[in-house]
Amino acid sequence: MRIDCKHVWEHISAYIDGDVGAGLRAEIDKHLETCEICSAVLDSTRNVVVLYADDRVFELPTGFSERLHGRLEKEMKASGP
Amino acid sequence: MKNAHNPEVEAEYIRRILAGEKQLFHDLIRPCERPIFFLLMSILRNEADAEDAAQETVVKIYLNLHLFRGESQFRTWALSIARNEGLGRLRKAETRREDSLDAITEDQGGDFTPAILTSWREVPNQALEQKELAAVLRQAIDGLPEIYRNVVLLRDIEEMDVRETAAALGIAEGAVKVRLHRARALLQRSLAPRLKGFAPKRGKLFGWGR
Repeated sequence: MRIDCKHVWEHISAYIDGDVGAGLRAEIDKHLETCEICSAVLDSTRNVVVLYADDRVFELPTGFSERLHGRLEKEMKASGP
Repeated sequence: MKNAHNPEVEAEYIRRILAGEKQLFHDLIRPCERPIFFLLMSILRNEADAEDAAQETVVKIYLNLHLFRGESQFRTWALSIARNEGLGRLRKAETRREDSLDAITEDQGGDFTPAILTSWREVPNQALEQKELAAVLRQAIDGLPEIYRNVVLLRDIEEMDVRETAAALGIAEGAVKVRLHRARALLQRSLAPRLKGFAPKRGKLFGWGR
């Protein structure tokens, strides 16, 4: 059975995570060889996932950690030895 | 820090903290700070509220440390306390946004068709040195319905696995996968056209990043 583009899109996230069975993976790979649209959709989705994993996208507010540990220190003193 | 936590080291820390070496708690909680804050940001959508809730969460974790049974990872347990703190605040303020109602129906409709492209030039991580790129990525996450935002945040930003994400959010692993798939599809659709401008120009392959 040859799979179509829509079918590939349904599994793209699982494919990226290595979470599809061998049979389905082979079908998707075969489709990707000849379908430039699905290849581009896969590459762009994967690119988005990689970019989000970079710590520079979401940074903690300046001084967050110092304030947090300062508060904690107060609680520790208040809660006795 | 996003590395996997060693449960034995954690258990030893917890044992010593409960036996009186309180100061060790600072080190125990440090790797959890980022996910706690960003999960609360996702729920509360306001930096000041998220920071306040994060402090409250960490204090609660400290005061309730003796209740941790080691059945899950420490970070998972910490995140479920953060989630309860966030949701509790939303309820109290009665400011639950409409999209929170999404949580009731998993199988809502929606168009998860990707942006159609015929080729893709990769945007390298070095491009994040440009502040606009990070801002575009943050905006796209902010535009997601909450149930998708929480999942993508823990899976793709904090790089937690499916099991831990499911446990931290109190949902099934299947739901994590479905929501993550949808979130990525929505992100690809909104971002692909905008990210093109951040790809290195053709012919400058060797000059990139200099």
